[in-house]
Amino acid sequence: MTIGKNTGKERHMTSAVSAADIAPTAYAWEIHATGLKVKVGKKRMAVDGLDLSLGIGVHGLLGPNGAGKTTLIRTLATVLRPTEGSLELLGESVGGLGEHRAVRRRIGYLPQEFGYYKRFTVREFVEYMAWLKEVPKASIPAAVQRAVERVGLADRADERMKALSGGMVRRVGIAQAIVNDPTILLLDEPTVGLDPAQRLRFRELLQELGTDTCVLVSTHLVEDVAAACTDVVLFAEGRLVFKGPPDELASAGGPEHVGDSPLERGYSALLLNPEQGRGTW
Amino acid sequence: MSVEHASKRIIEGYVRGGADLSADEVWAVEAHLETCGGCRDRLSAAVRAGVPAVASLVDTVWSGLEPRLAVTATMPRRRRWSARVSRWMTPTMVPWLAMAVGMTLLTLLLDLAYTGSGEVSLVLLLAPVLPVLGVAASWSRGLDPAYELTASVPRAGLYLVLRRTASVLGVVVPALLVGGWATGVMVVQWLLPCLAFTSATLALGGVVGVTRAAFVLAAVWAGVVVAPTVATSRTTFALQTSGLPAWGLILALGLGVVIARRDAYTVLGAHR
Repeated sequence: MTIGKNTGKERHMTSAVSAADIAPTAYAWEIHATGLKVKVGKKRMAVDGLDLSLGIGVHGLLGPNGAGKTTLIRTLATVLRPTEGSLELLGESVGGLGEHRAVRRRIGYLPQEFGYYKRFTVREFVEYMAWLKEVPKASIPAAVQRAVERVGLADRADERMKALSGGMVRRVGIAQAIVNDPTILLLDEPTVGLDPAQRLRFRELLQELGTDTCVLVSTHLVEDVAAACTDVVLFAEGRLVFKGPPDELASAGGPEHVGDSPLERGYSALLLNPEQGRGTW
Repeated sequence: MSVEHASKRIIEGYVRGGADLSADEVWAVEAHLETCGGCRDRLSAAVRAGVPAVASLVDTVWSGLEPRLAVTATMPRRRRWSARVSRWMTPTMVPWLAMAVGMTLLTLLLDLAYTGSGEVSLVLLLAPVLPVLGVAASWSRGLDPAYELTASVPRAGLYLVLRRTASVLGVVVPALLVGGWATGVMVVQWLLPCLAFTSATLALGGVVGVTRAAFVLAAVWAGVVVAPTVATSRTTFALQTSGLPAWGLILALGLGVVIARRDAYTVLGAHR
């Protein structure tokens, strides 16, 4: 009997920490946008002159419907090109043309409409995404297993996607986003369809990821932000309204503002527009 | 690449424990043992020979673990086939490809059944638009549920588009080969328009979206070539051998545009 399995591979005497792991970063912010404008369709500017710098941590992107949250996240995922202004991700400018493969390898993205192939099992789908994200072939099985375990789907990993509930599908979406160990993680409405217990577990995962990743979560739910985010980015009509810790958002609201919690009151205080009468949608 | 393994001294020192090895040596040998089966074998041999106490401890632990490991569920065997194929074509492309092949067989049957109706071969008439069906499905916002995810990955772009196009041609061209052979149409006569249409779909698709481009080109084909041919029962200029240089030119132009505009396939616009 031998101790351990002979893998048939012989490697160097390797040190446990590689140079890349301890190398200092060459940029100040993971996400750095100045004067960013993104046009959607022929006329509408969905993001209209945004200055935003985001570093490591969990950033909650809040804003009313149609504020341009999804457009902003798509632009950060490099699937939409900015019309004007500059956008730097991980120190590389992604404003112009180019495939940005190196940057994309370090981005995780969960779109608002998460589409998947029903025939695939959870493992197959996440493996397929890992292949698309150019995860080295040898580390794909381990990376997939780790991602699936992190979202609590290890026991369902070999079931077909069509047999899963809505919340589970959402968790597969989160698993595929984190399978390449991204430095920038963009989640567009990840908590839709999660039940309260799953949402709690998801917040824990967010906090865990936020220790070494720049996570941007767009959400409608103010309480998600309060519980899991280090930072709130309030976005309305394509512009940045507020950026700061959740406490600061809460202190912006007074008893005269609409809302059930201090955060909600702060949210409505900052979004209160004199032209927009109360009671309208 | 030189491979440096742990020396006999280090392994024996590691087995004995104590102060024989300095802390950094212990660290390095452990890191190496994690990745090197050969050195693990040497380590276990050294343990067996040198320290029977450890060897018997390992045996005890192992005999305790073995029955428990035996009942643990193993990971089901991966369906290698589907994992491989998904890298070449998405599941949504399969029905479209099946339709393209089915149409080839149908036109072949019609061709063989109505040999007297004129000199026009239906296979020849349909060949250019059949792969366009598959290409449309391979890169379509409406048909592919994972389109947005696919557009956001590093592998997206020209590489993935060409890979999927190649798989479409890999299925459709053999079917057409059979059809062409059975009806006696020269290979180059349908293959060149077929490739030209495919490249034109991709080139136009970079601007207006691949699905839309496929529909436009199929309509143009039906209006300009199929309708007059069916009406007059004569092969139009476009499909005669004298039209081949023009098809070659379209193919080259299409490829040039696709390569020049390869960035278009990494953004959402190309999926319309």
